[in-house]
Amino acid sequence: MYNTGKVLIGIFIFIIFFTIPFWFNLGKVRALPKPELPKEEKKCVEDTEYMRAYHMKLLHEWRTKKIRKMQVYYMNQEGKLYIMSLQRTCMKCHTSKDKFCDKCHEVVVTHPDCWKCHIAPEEVRK
Amino acid sequence: MSIKRRDFLKIVGYGVTGTILSLGGGFIIGKGSEILAMIDKQGDKKGVKWAMVIDTRAFKTEEDFEAVIQACHRAHNVPNIPDKIREVKWIWVDTFERAFPTAETEYISEEIKKRKFLLLCNHCDDPPCVRVCPVQATFKREDGIVMQDMHRCIGCKFCMAACPYGSRNYNFYPPREYLSSMNPEFPTRTLGVVEKCIFCYHRLDEGKMPYCVEASQGKMFFGNLNDPESEVRKVISENIVLVRKPEISTKPKVFYII
Amino acid sequence: MVEKALKGGLKYWLWLLFLASLIVIAFFAWQYEHHYGAGVATGLHRDLTWGFQIGQLAFFVGVAASAVPVVLSYYLHNYKEFSKLTILAEFMAVGAVMIAMLSVFVVMGQPTRVFNVLLYPTPNSLIFWDLVVLSTYLFLNILCGWMVLHSYYKEAPYPSWLKFFIYWAIIWGPSIHIVTAFLLQGLPGRHYWLTAIMAARFLATAFSAGPALLIILAILIKKLTQFDVGERALQTVAKIVIYAFIINLLLFGFELFTAFYSGIHSHIAPFLYLFVGYEGHSEWVPFAWISMILAAIGLILLLIPYTRKKETTLVLGCFAIFFSVWIEKGLLLMVGGFTPNVFETVTPYYPALPEVLIQTGVWAVGFLVITILYKITIEVFKSKELVVKLKK
Repeated sequence: MYNTGKVLIGIFIFIIFFTIPFWFNLGKVRALPKPELPKEEKKCVEDTEYMRAYHMKLLHEWRTKKIRKMQVYYMNQEGKLYIMSLQRTCMKCHTSKDKFCDKCHEVVVTHPDCWKCHIAPEEVRK
Repeated sequence: MSIKRRDFLKIVGYGVTGTILSLGGGFIIGKGSEILAMIDKQGDKKGVKWAMVIDTRAFKTEEDFEAVIQACHRAHNVPNIPDKIREVKWIWVDTFERAFPTAETEYISEEIKKRKFLLLCNHCDDPPCVRVCPVQATFKREDGIVMQDMHRCIGCKFCMAACPYGSRNYNFYPPREYLSSMNPEFPTRTLGVVEKCIFCYHRLDEGKMPYCVEASQGKMFFGNLNDPESEVRKVISENIVLVRKPEISTKPKVFYII
Repeated sequence: MVEKALKGGLKYWLWLLFLASLIVIAFFAWQYEHHYGAGVATGLHRDLTWGFQIGQLAFFVGVAASAVPVVLSYYLHNYKEFSKLTILAEFMAVGAVMIAMLSVFVVMGQPTRVFNVLLYPTPNSLIFWDLVVLSTYLFLNILCGWMVLHSYYKEAPYPSWLKFFIYWAIIWGPSIHIVTAFLLQGLPGRHYWLTAIMAARFLATAFSAGPALLIILAILIKKLTQFDVGERALQTVAKIVIYAFIINLLLFGFELFTAFYSGIHSHIAPFLYLFVGYEGHSEWVPFAWISMILAAIGLILLLIPYTRKKETTLVLGCFAIFFSVWIEKGLLLMVGGFTPNVFETVTPYYPALPEVLIQTGVWAVGFLVITILYKITIEVFKSKELVVKLKK
């Protein structure tokens, strides 16, 4: 192989570059994120397991149904009806984006751009 | 969640919704039962064609207009942009000459020349904006409402070029910086999307009247054009009404009583 | 063959560096627009939502389609004089299409959502078709140009299946500016654009401004390198330019007749605004007349055989025609479409600095691509000619 030395150095640098996320987070121990749950309501639209796994799919489905399919209500697995609205339904109980949504989203570094338009409850108080 | 379960839930949802909506009909303004019957089945609005009639004779003072405009703009978090050529307005006041530029103005009465008109999206039957949108962010619902999906809009502004009535607004400035107060029940928009009057579809779907109609206290009418017994049909047939730019065949659904 | 673009003199690298710096500046201007809004970064407003930048789309789709008459003559009609010019034309088309597509991309309010156009195809929308035809044309020109050059480089005939793509490119070429013209001419509320002749004018200006630029570039390359497309090739292209331009001026005259003879106010008003002023506003009148004067200069210089044959006047004439059409398609077409506005009043439009900077970067991208592709072409031909000289 020509230029073996340079090639090997290049491969080595590439591997270091590619594993940067691991180096940057070395030594940082993080507890599992603990979002603050609402005090009054004990039941969300669906059960916790489902919401944890599918809340983004649910919101997406609500968005499509509300705007593009002329629908208003969603029936959960237990037969209860909810108005499909992030601000009018979800945020009524989860009254703080900082204490609830961000707690997990900051850790997994997933930043949905909902909040550019949808009003987080603490914005109104400002 | 298998697909079969979802389908079952949808069917049950329609049935239960219909029952609940029929039960909760007492608070609806205007031709409530007509609207109820129309939204009895979710997503099924066949046969409804929403239209608005504005009685321009009844609007006398600036407060009359402001009440209507503020009701809409406050509820929908419409920003108050100081730059007049880039403002965002879902419903606004304009002169006769600007509202009906092709109408004869030289010899008509001074009173009409000075009268002010509320302009908004006409929710045309054949909207050029819907025809040109490349992503169907603006689309026409079964019940005639020309919708705006802010999630899909790419901000190309083709719809604004196509609209013959100047009803559409682009967010040239970050809207939240120009909002003094926010309605927590409705979102704002963000830079780079187009917005306009949406005939309060979110209110109609729940059996309520649009904010502007409600705030007008009888000066504006709203209802189903396809129902020969509806108030809008009555008002249109008993008065002289104009629409904006009829010659371009867009068939607007906002009528003005002169 | 790409390695041919990596060896060049100082002037070559300085030129590339200059273009690259324009692109970097444009990128920052674009970020500025997306942070502070199009209200401060552009001159666009509620009554004029497509301005100078979409005008560049209208203009450069024309320039891109200019490859069509050259390719048509060479491949379909075996006009051997165009052998060297064809490759230049195809590569210029590549750069021009890139400018056209980028001009639209940078104008979008939500550029991260641009894939929605592909995710939710909308056949009734002309922007969807514009994306389709422009992407296809870009691919076709890159394919055909590159393959033909590569075959020449390898001293082998180009593969026979390429003919299919070449013919496809010829037929497809007019579609890019027909679709772009349709974008405008189907809008019922914009009377300056609502004319069947819009697509025909786009064709006429395409076949005049585009080949004019081609002539300028070919002569420039002759001055900088030994690459000479040939006197006859240039003269034939010049004739294409002048006839297309005459048709364009005729069509413009037809538009003036229809507007003024019919007496319909909404049809007359945009012409008045552009050429004499309307309701006290005459912001674009100087530009309209400069475009007319340049058109006259170009017409005279290219019609008279003596001035068309002399190189300096040929280049001058081509510059005049190029910029005349550039002002007309790139600026006046957009302004006239939106002014007077739908309320029949005037809200003036002036492009803002960030808008111009972004567009300069877009132009720089196109010219960077053209420079690199031309460099490769010239180097390939140079190496072949050296071989021929040695063999002799």
